[in-house]
Amino acid sequence: MIPEALAGKRIALTGATGFLGTALVEKLLRSVPECELVLLVRPGRRGPDERIRREVLRNDAFDRLRAALGNDGFGAEAAQRIQAISADVSLDGLGIDAEGRDLLASCDIVIHAAAAVAFDNPFDLAVETNLLGPIRLVGLLADIGVSPHLISVSTAYVAGNRRGFAPEELLSESHFAVAVDWRAEAASARRSRDAIEDESRTPERLEEFSGEADAELGAAGTAALSAKREQIRQRWVRTRLVEVGRARSASLGFPDAYGLTKALAEAAVVETRGAIPLTIVRPSIIESALVEPFPGWIRGFRMAEPIIISYARGLLQDFPGTPEGTLDVIPVDMVAAAVCAVAADGPAADGLPKVVQVASSEVNPFRFEDLHDWSHAWFCENPIYDERNQPIAPPRWSYPSRKRVQNSLERAKRALEAGEKVLSALPIRGEKAGIAADFAEKRALVERALSYVDLYSSYVECQATFGIGELLALHESLTPDDREQFIFDPRRIDWRRYLTEIHLPSVIAQGRLKTAPAVRAGIDRDTRRRQQVLSPQRHMAAFDLENTLVASNVVASWGWLATKRMPATERARLVARTLAEAPKLLDLDRHDRSDFLRYFYRRFAGAPVDQVADDSFEMFSDLLLRQSFPAAIRRVRHHRALGHRTVLITGALDFVIAPFAPLFDDIVCASLTRTRSGTAYTGQLATVPPTGESRAEALLKYAAREGISLAESVAYADSTSDLPMLEAVGFPVAVNPETKLATLARRRGWLIENFKQAPGGPRKLLPLAQPVVRR
Amino acid sequence: MSPRTASPTPRPGFVLEVERSTPPILFHHGEGFRLERLPAGRSRVVYPPSPLEGLPDPAGAIRHALEHPIDSEPLPALLRPGMKLTIAFDDISLPLPPMQRPDVRQQVIETVLDMAAAAGVDDVHLIAALALHRRMTEAELRHAVGDRVYEAFAPSRRLYNHDAEDPNGMVVLGVTDHGEEVQISRRAAESDLVVYVNINIVAMDGGWKSTATGLSGYQGLRHHHNVATMLKSRSFMDQRSSELHHSNWRQGAVLRDSGPRIFQIETTINNNSFGTSGSLSMLQKREWEWTARDRATFLAMQGGLQVMSPAARRRAFQSWRAPYAITSVQAGEVEAVHKVTTENVYRQQLVAVEGQTDVLTMGLPYICPYNVNSIMNPILVMCLGLGYFFNLYRGRPLVRPGGVVIMTHPTPWEFHPVHHPSYIDFFEQVLADTTDPVEIEARYELQYATDEWYRHLYRTSYAYHGVHPFYMWYWGAHALSYLGRVIVVGGDRAAVRRMGFAPASSLSDAFEIASDTVGSRPSVTHLHLPPFVMADVS
Repeated sequence: MIPEALAGKRIALTGATGFLGTALVEKLLRSVPECELVLLVRPGRRGPDERIRREVLRNDAFDRLRAALGNDGFGAEAAQRIQAISADVSLDGLGIDAEGRDLLASCDIVIHAAAAVAFDNPFDLAVETNLLGPIRLVGLLADIGVSPHLISVSTAYVAGNRRGFAPEELLSESHFAVAVDWRAEAASARRSRDAIEDESRTPERLEEFSGEADAELGAAGTAALSAKREQIRQRWVRTRLVEVGRARSASLGFPDAYGLTKALAEAAVVETRGAIPLTIVRPSIIESALVEPFPGWIRGFRMAEPIIISYARGLLQDFPGTPEGTLDVIPVDMVAAAVCAVAADGPAADGLPKVVQVASSEVNPFRFEDLHDWSHAWFCENPIYDERNQPIAPPRWSYPSRKRVQNSLERAKRALEAGEKVLSALPIRGEKAGIAADFAEKRALVERALSYVDLYSSYVECQATFGIGELLALHESLTPDDREQFIFDPRRIDWRRYLTEIHLPSVIAQGRLKTAPAVRAGIDRDTRRRQQVLSPQRHMAAFDLENTLVASNVVASWGWLATKRMPATERARLVARTLAEAPKLLDLDRHDRSDFLRYFYRRFAGAPVDQVADDSFEMFSDLLLRQSFPAAIRRVRHHRALGHRTVLITGALDFVIAPFAPLFDDIVCASLTRTRSGTAYTGQLATVPPTGESRAEALLKYAAREGISLAESVAYADSTSDLPMLEAVGFPVAVNPETKLATLARRRGWLIENFKQAPGGPRKLLPLAQPVVRR
Repeated sequence: MSPRTASPTPRPGFVLEVERSTPPILFHHGEGFRLERLPAGRSRVVYPPSPLEGLPDPAGAIRHALEHPIDSEPLPALLRPGMKLTIAFDDISLPLPPMQRPDVRQQVIETVLDMAAAAGVDDVHLIAALALHRRMTEAELRHAVGDRVYEAFAPSRRLYNHDAEDPNGMVVLGVTDHGEEVQISRRAAESDLVVYVNINIVAMDGGWKSTATGLSGYQGLRHHHNVATMLKSRSFMDQRSSELHHSNWRQGAVLRDSGPRIFQIETTINNNSFGTSGSLSMLQKREWEWTARDRATFLAMQGGLQVMSPAARRRAFQSWRAPYAITSVQAGEVEAVHKVTTENVYRQQLVAVEGQTDVLTMGLPYICPYNVNSIMNPILVMCLGLGYFFNLYRGRPLVRPGGVVIMTHPTPWEFHPVHHPSYIDFFEQVLADTTDPVEIEARYELQYATDEWYRHLYRTSYAYHGVHPFYMWYWGAHALSYLGRVIVVGGDRAAVRRMGFAPASSLSDAFEIASDTVGSRPSVTHLHLPPFVMADVS
């Protein structure tokens, strides 16, 4: 009788906030009414008690118990039977305090279920948690001087990438085991971290990251680029450490670092346990609950879910594997029940470590082909809908080799990357730039598919059959009552029913996938974002000029002003000269906008102030208004009508934008100094032009001075060089964005406006003033 | 002495009854043309009279008119040293299409300036009397007044565009007995003599409308540029029945009593818009008289237009300069002069038409008064069709009450961003909300008329005033309330619908749509213009 055997026992548990941990807490609370629980959790920000309350007890796993006991009853029961200790397995002695030690010392059973289960963890993190965690736990128990029954949750995949039978025996007893010094592995993992961190800071690497950041953001200013470079560096370190783990695992015949570190941990615990009685429980792939607390209960995204969802979305067009191979899946409630039974059964009488595997492949194999066929049929009947409200047809897998799938995905990735590169090099904006954003999204999807193939295919390729003799023997020893209360006989699973009636619906619900065409309820996203932007609550709307209000630039306005009073032959020469210089100017502009402006504005040296002022008004009509976006101007006026402060922030010169003055409450722009007589310009900038970061800074200063909340403000701009300004406000709007900004804006959910020039409006091939024809 | 006029014309206007043997009829269609068959036995086509002969010696005629004015002392007698003289002239909206150089205005102004110089007048200003129209560009001013005058006056800022929003540039001279304010350019008001140089192309132009409207601003114009006035102007091409003119004439009386002395010079031109020979001459011929050469030219032109880009087509059409001839010049007292002018306009344009019709068809050309060197946007399409063309009648409208107007025009959803900024917003905001002129006037007019940005663009750029699209819409107010249905053939569907009209892809489709309103065998009248024709409907 399990409840009786555990009655009055105090059970310590690590990993209570995890999937299996939550299931265990629930099972013990509900089915073993007389036991007490001591949960070892990382304190986090809120402290251990609050974490347990929020992250464990509020989970829908407890709905059943809550319904049976009533809200208050459940609260009282939990308070009475659960105690929390602040503990962290990555710290020596688990960072536990004296009170915690005493509580732990009083426990009869310790279940270690904490692990870094993600298959793509950096190697050092996997080692720290999965290998050193249990060693620290064992060390702490020895230190306190107690020897409770230690139940260590491992994984069936410690057997490695193996064909054939994997029995319930210690790894040291296996013919296949390669003797590895776990201490050396742990030390090496730590050194890898140091080495990779060091390498990531070498000039060559930093230059590489800098190049990547430039490619992604363009001339977005130092702050944004620095942040991006550091992000890229950290990502690189992480990726490298994942690679290190995967390579080391592969070399030792493990599917991933999780399997390897768990295997090392088993050996280490057996070696260091001293007098502590040990049972190792090895579940295979734990998935949603078969029966308890309710069919389909799942917590977080487990191993197979991303694959199932990607499959349903049509993203995984093919997947490597062998159709007749098995996928060893085990529902979470069976694992929890088995752990309870193991706990009740107690340690081996001979004091030797005991191994119990909880797996399905030996007695009730779930064939990979069945998984695919049933899923295919199920998704045909219950399709997922894409963003255009079209049902997605699930693909049919042909089980090609892993290499082939990888190759085809790599090819697709390369093609998309090339496309992206071409698009970002083209001078396109607005809706066309949206294509680049599409490409980027598609590439991200392909990259994800590729990572799934990398990560998971070794599991589906694994042909091991995990023996469960001990498990079944344990099951045999139970009373009929226990067998109904603690179900862990894998033979009871009807895989088809489990997949189509329990697991898939649960995953779809968990993943919040669209299972019906969305009803157009109310307004679409863009309209909603526009309403937010045009809410009376906003304080200010800041506008860029070029390509936001007008499809023109400083070169064009200079060209117009320069040719206004120029004879025909000179015009031609000027055009030729400027065109010849274009590549240099473009390069300068791409690199640093303010350098470009400083260089370019020198051309205005000697320009007469009055004449330029007069001509600028002509240019306003002949060039700027012609190329303006009427909808953008309407938008400025709309903001004004709503009482928002409208501000123009541009690197264009004051006299060029003077005619726009009535649209704005304030204008922040560049200006030139004048000669001593005051009648001509010198060609030198009077102040740093408001571009890039100085634009954001100008905006910050302005807002501070005027008492305006930037969080309640809107900014309109067209390029990544405006990122600092866009990021500074609460409501950024990308106007006719160039490719990089289009991609970014889409990713961040910013409003994108594609303002167009007046349809049919007159266009100028070259931005030159019209010569007057005398007759 | 009576003003000089040319000899009577060779051929009057004509109403053709359409038979089976009648060839397809030419419809203007924006920057293009259509040949359409009208239903035999129940259709008729109203053709304009052929161009009148021009004056044999225009310069002599102008000088003669100024020296022998009607009800006034001769111009030289009104000029004296030290006086303030203002010469105001019609703007880019006249004539249509613009005329070949030299423009009538140039010829008249040069004569006036010669006389002023001879009399020792130094203080002379020339003002383009554009009311709330867009400012004329340097090139347009040069075309209107000639390079010699432009270069003598523009650099010293004595030749310029009227600015009705100049806070210091406008004065109110008084109020009519109907409570209408009379607002006019300060320079004109403070002048000893205002010489107005007019070109009369349709019967609406000229008279007190030249000064009371052309040199006025929103404050003065709103008294007659409104829905109520337009509903009572039947038609505004017929001064006797036009509330628009009555109001202008009342304002004119105030001008006469409290304003500067006005010396009105009016000119009429013939309707030789496309030439009697040359590439477009077939446009003013009657179809059954087309020669093989005309047909070939027409086909070639149609083929050419098809392969051109819309922008190139627009450029080609907008560059056409008409070879008009001056048919009369008269000067002197405003009202007396204008009576003679109107007779001369009627002599060129009036055609007697018997009875009304169920369906009125008209082909809308590429140009109207407000898109010279610009784009004919949908609002201007409406204004040209239901404002100008619908109103080209005397007596009764050509179409019966509740009848249907079918117009052909591509009506693209296109706007000139510099010339028509308030039109864009009017189309996007106002018309998206309602097309009812009364509601539009009540809810939106003041906001657009007093908008700072539009005012800024009107004054410093080349934009029509913010309120101008409203006036365009009011111009069609009578037609909108009078007609049962308006159908646009070949137009951009969205743009046509936005204005509350029915789009049709072909003329026969249009007749199908019209059958809901006028039955399946309606009588049809096609107003064959341009060149201009005006129906005298009995």
